[in-house]
Order: sequence, then structure tokens, then C-alpha cells
Amino acid sequence: MSVLSLTNRKKVLQKRKLTFAESIYLPAIFSGLMITIRHFFRRKSTVQYPEVKKPFSKVFRGRHILKRDEQGRENCTACGLCAVACPAEAITIVAAERKKGEEHLYREEKYAAVYEINMLRCIFCGLCEEACPKDAIYLTEETAPASYSRKDFIFGKDKLVQPLGTSAHPKTFKPYVKDNKPYQYKNPVNTKI
Amino acid sequence: MEQIIFIILSLAAIISALVVIFSNNPVYSVLSLVITFFSIAGHFVLLNAQFLAIVNVIVYAGAIMVLFLFVIMLLNLNKSSEPSAPLIMKVASSVAGGLLFITLLGALRQSEASAGLSGGNIGSVESLGRTLFTNFLFPFEVSSVLFLSAMIGAVMLGKKNLKDS
Amino acid sequence: MEIMWIEKILLVVIVFAISLGTAAYSTLAERKVSAFLQDRIGPNRAGIFGILQPIADGVKLFFKEEIIPANADRFLFVLGPSLFMITALMTSAVIPWGKPLDLGGRMFDLQVTDINIGVLYVFAVVSIGVYGIMIGGWASNNKYSLMGALRASSQMISYELAMGLSIIALIMMSGSMSLKEIVAQQSGELYGISFLKGMNWNIFYQPLGFLIFIVCAFAECNRTPFDLPECEAELVGGYHTEYSSMKLGLYLFAEYVNMFVSSAMMASLYFGGYNVPFLEMLNLPYNVEVFVGVLAFFTKIIFFIFFFMWIRWTIPRFRYDQLMKLGWKVLIPLAILNILLTGFGMILTK
Repeated sequence: MSVLSLTNRKKVLQKRKLTFAESIYLPAIFSGLMITIRHFFRRKSTVQYPEVKKPFSKVFRGRHILKRDEQGRENCTACGLCAVACPAEAITIVAAERKKGEEHLYREEKYAAVYEINMLRCIFCGLCEEACPKDAIYLTEETAPASYSRKDFIFGKDKLVQPLGTSAHPKTFKPYVKDNKPYQYKNPVNTKI
Repeated sequence: MEQIIFIILSLAAIISALVVIFSNNPVYSVLSLVITFFSIAGHFVLLNAQFLAIVNVIVYAGAIMVLFLFVIMLLNLNKSSEPSAPLIMKVASSVAGGLLFITLLGALRQSEASAGLSGGNIGSVESLGRTLFTNFLFPFEVSSVLFLSAMIGAVMLGKKNLKDS
Repeated sequence: MEIMWIEKILLVVIVFAISLGTAAYSTLAERKVSAFLQDRIGPNRAGIFGILQPIADGVKLFFKEEIIPANADRFLFVLGPSLFMITALMTSAVIPWGKPLDLGGRMFDLQVTDINIGVLYVFAVVSIGVYGIMIGGWASNNKYSLMGALRASSQMISYELAMGLSIIALIMMSGSMSLKEIVAQQSGELYGISFLKGMNWNIFYQPLGFLIFIVCAFAECNRTPFDLPECEAELVGGYHTEYSSMKLGLYLFAEYVNMFVSSAMMASLYFGGYNVPFLEMLNLPYNVEVFVGVLAFFTKIIFFIFFFMWIRWTIPRFRYDQLMKLGWKVLIPLAILNILLTGFGMILTK
């Protein structure tokens, strides 16, 4: 009789009487003990976190940064493409026009007076980064910090804009490089026990 | 020194035995009965019968009273759920208890300490075993048969649907 | 006379401290061993190798908030953990830690007291130990605690029987119930071969008895695979669900003291206690020999404690009916068979 089955992974479980060696359990327990004792002497895979940090993947997406250009001017022109692209609707922008004498602050004629990202909504998908035509927003390798109250998770420009005087391309503000190579972890050897 | 220990142990035994009767909470009753057994075990030690003392603790305090406590906890007997016995039961039980007390008292008055038992080593394992398997061999074996029958009875009671099987 | 009292009190204090110290470091060892068996490292922040971790744990437990449930029986709630700890510590009184030390002609006995029924004494104290769990579990007024307490009591009573029966075969061979005597008898030659001196361990005569004993010891200590009274998954901690602060600490700690004592029992009953094979060939001074013996005894104890942990992190928990079936239908008949075999063997070899 053939039984219709969706997959061929089905295993028919047959209850059979245990042999004597199986029914006294001791050989099985002994082999179990041998397995665990082998692990006892194996190299440990623990990473000693504050001292040793695992490198992030190249495509890791952490908290955002609003970039400045080489002259320290904000790149963002408040076009709103990031807010449109955002699937979680986490970004709020209020645009404003650049006044005379503010050229050293903003690169374009229009800038974001308010730029808020709700970190509780953000899913760190990186679509804002891809949508941005002005190279203004990037997801860094930093993780968003924890906090006790919900309002602390709405990041305004004070937290988002790249601090003045930092390099335009610091290490962590990596550009979004698309390479198909999977990232190879180097397992940090740790000798401290 | 021995006198003082004897008095303390006796007081402990009597007081805890009274608590067994007068306590409203069955769990406290069982626990004070355990204390009673301990003080009796202490008396055995004073009589240089360590084996009896330890066996008393193992069998009574360690096994039987644990089962008592087990049942009481399982049934969750409380003050409120304890049924008050009818008057005639109370009278009958006190009469029966009093009669038992008188019988024991009479037996105690009749008996005298035999010379062989008052030695310093009566409670040791060797002398106890020798006595049990020579002088009292028949009662000893009979009591083992008694235990066996009790065990079989317990199995019979524990088996459900005896007729079906 | 007086100097004897001082010696005894000193010994009691030392044994007490060693039991507690070993138990304290067993908690660290448990965490380390479990970590190593799972390819982790375990606590290593408090001191080097986490050596101060037990102290940190103790301080933490002392400073935690003390909670007694509103409907709990206050007296019994406090009595439970205390009783459990007391009984756990009392057992070590009859264990012979080594041969008597020779202090310039005076023999200093490394055993608190040598009562002629030492083995039975241990059994009595262990059987009292279950009250600590039962009282604590009942007084908590919590169904999980009660279930844990009931499981503990039925489990301990069941396995005590098999344990006692496995010991009877050993007592038949040794002809004595004094632990000192039993350990001293194991110093001879194994199977009469003069080369194997100091190896006359009971394990070579009673392998089946030892197997039954060690299984029962696991059950008596409520260790995995028999940790049903406190199984976290179904009973939320079992009998100590409602406990917090140092009273919880006492329960957890007493488990390790129990482990230490039962390891010492296994080492002295079956593995020759302080006897070291081939030690006499070295012709060491007597006191050094005693010292090496004590060290060997502790090595054996530590091995058994490790074995307890090793088993814990290898084997899953038994189901309750399996536990009862193993105890009553397998171990007790096996123990009786062992007694019979021992009797036949004794008649044949006589």
C-alpha cells in the first residue's frame, strides 16, 4: 500500500523492544559522558566581551549619522526621500531655507531644521541610506544605546549629525559597499579563562 | 550529668507527646511526634544501645513519620476540615487508651530487669543479633512473615480492578 | 581528658570549615564545569579564575530582600532550611579523614567520633534530612513547593531502601559498621597479591553494590538525573520556589554539602578512603604518610564531586514514573541479588 506523502523526509517510527545493553542504559550513559568530557577539553568559543570585541560585518547597519562634507557643511537638503523610503515611518523632517551667512553650515539652499529618527520604530534596514541622493545619511557600526524612557529613543539632530571636526570618512562611518563576498569572521582566540 | 540529660530528654519526650495530642494543626502534631522519637532515641543512647537508637530514628522518624507527613500534606488536612468525633467515640477511645495504659503499667510493675540485659553492651549489634537469632528466633521469623503478609495486603489494596487482571 | 576535648572541638571546627569551604567552592566548580562541558568559560570576573565568586554570591544572597509569603507558616518556613543545613553538616561527624596523626607519642585521631554503627548513623541523619525539604515546601503554602516536597520525600524514602540494601552486602564482607574499621580493612592486599598493597578497595569486590550506591546517592542528593523535587521546568524550582535571600542560600548550599558528604562516603566505603596504593614502598615518615593519605582522600572526594557535576550536565532528567520504577523494580531487586551473591561468594572463598 502506498501512502501519499508531501515530502519524502518522513521517518516511520517503529517501537521495538530494547536490547539488554540498551535497557540497562549504562553503555548509553557512558558514551554520553565521553561526549561531554571531550567538550571539556575543547577550545572555548566564548568572547571576553569588553576586552575582546567581535568585528562587525561589513554590511552591519547600526545607528544613523547625518554627514557633513569636507568643509563641515551638512549634506542633507531635506528632500524627504529617506522619509518616504522608510518602511517603518521612523523619520520626520522639517525643512527650512538657508539664510544669508549660513553657507558654511549647510551645503544646499535647503536644509533640515528638524531631523528626527524614532529608534523604537527604526528597523535598521538601510533604505534611507540607499534613497539619499546627497550622501547625507549613513548607518554606522555603532549600536543604538539602551535607555530607560521612550522619549530618549527619538534621536534629533543633536544626536544624529556628525560632530564637527571629525573626519569626513572615519572608520566606522563606512560607505555602503555592495560586495557579494560573505564576511569572514576571524574567531578571536582567547586564552584568558 | 547523665541524670540531667535524662531529665531533659524525658521532659522533651513528654512535652512533645502532649503537643502531638493537643495541637490543632496535624503537621505540628507529626513534627512533635518526630521530636518524641528523637528523645526516645536519646534515652536508648543513654542506655548504651546506639543501634536501637539509630534504628529507631531511621525507621520511625526517618521513614514512617515521613509517610505520615506525606499523607497529611497530600490530603491538606486543616483545622476546619477536621471532623469532630461524636461523644461516644471520645468516651470509647479514652477508655481504650486508659486500659492500654493500665496494662502497660501493670506489665512494667511485673517485670524486673534481668541480669543479662542490664550489662553494658546490650544494645550493640552483635549482642542484639545473637539474642534475636538464638533466644527469639521463632518470634523474629514470625514477625517477618507478618511483614510479608502486610506487604502482600498493601499490594492487593493498591492494585486496581483486581478481578479484571 | 581536657586536652582531648580541645582536640575534638578543634577537629569539629576544622571539619565544619572544610565542609562549608568545599561546598562553597563546589558552587563555583559547578558553574565552571558546566561551562567547560558546554564550550564556555564560566565565571571569571570575580578574582582570577572567578576564585572570589562564592564570596560574591554569598554577599549577594545576604543582601537580598527577605520575603516570607503572607500565608506561609512563619516558624516552619524558617525551620525548613535550617534543618536541611544542620542535617547536611551533621553527617560528616563519622567520616575518617585519615590515619591518626602522631603528635610526639600522642595519637591525634582524624575522625570526630568513631561510633560502632557509623554507617547507620549516616543513614539516620540523611533520612532526617528530608524533613527540611518537606517542612519548607509545605510551609511555603504554594502548590509547586508542596509538589516538590512530596516528590522529594517519596524519592528519598524509595532510594534509601536500595541504598541501605547495597550497603548491607558491604557490611557482610567487612563485618563491621564502623567507618573507621571499614576504611582500615581496605589497606590490605588486593586479591591477596602482595604487589597490590593498599589497593584492597571494596569496589573490586562490590562493583554492583557500588553502582546501586552511586545511583541512590544521586537520588538522595536530589541531583540530576533525579532532581525532580526542584525541576525548574515544571515546578518553578520546587520546594524552594518561595524562598529568597539566605534561606534560599541555605537550601542551595546544603545540596552541595550533601554532595560533599556523599562523595566522602563513596570514597571511604568503596574507594579505600585515605588508603593510597603503593605508598608503603616509599618508606615515608609516618606523619607524611598520614598527610598524603588525607590528600588522597580529598582527591577522591573531589573526583566524585566532579562526577556528580559531569553526570548533571550529561544526562537529562528522569520522568517521575521512571524514577519510581528504577528505584523499586530495578535497584532493590538488584541490591537483594547483590546480597545473595556476596553471601555465596563469602561461603565459597572461606
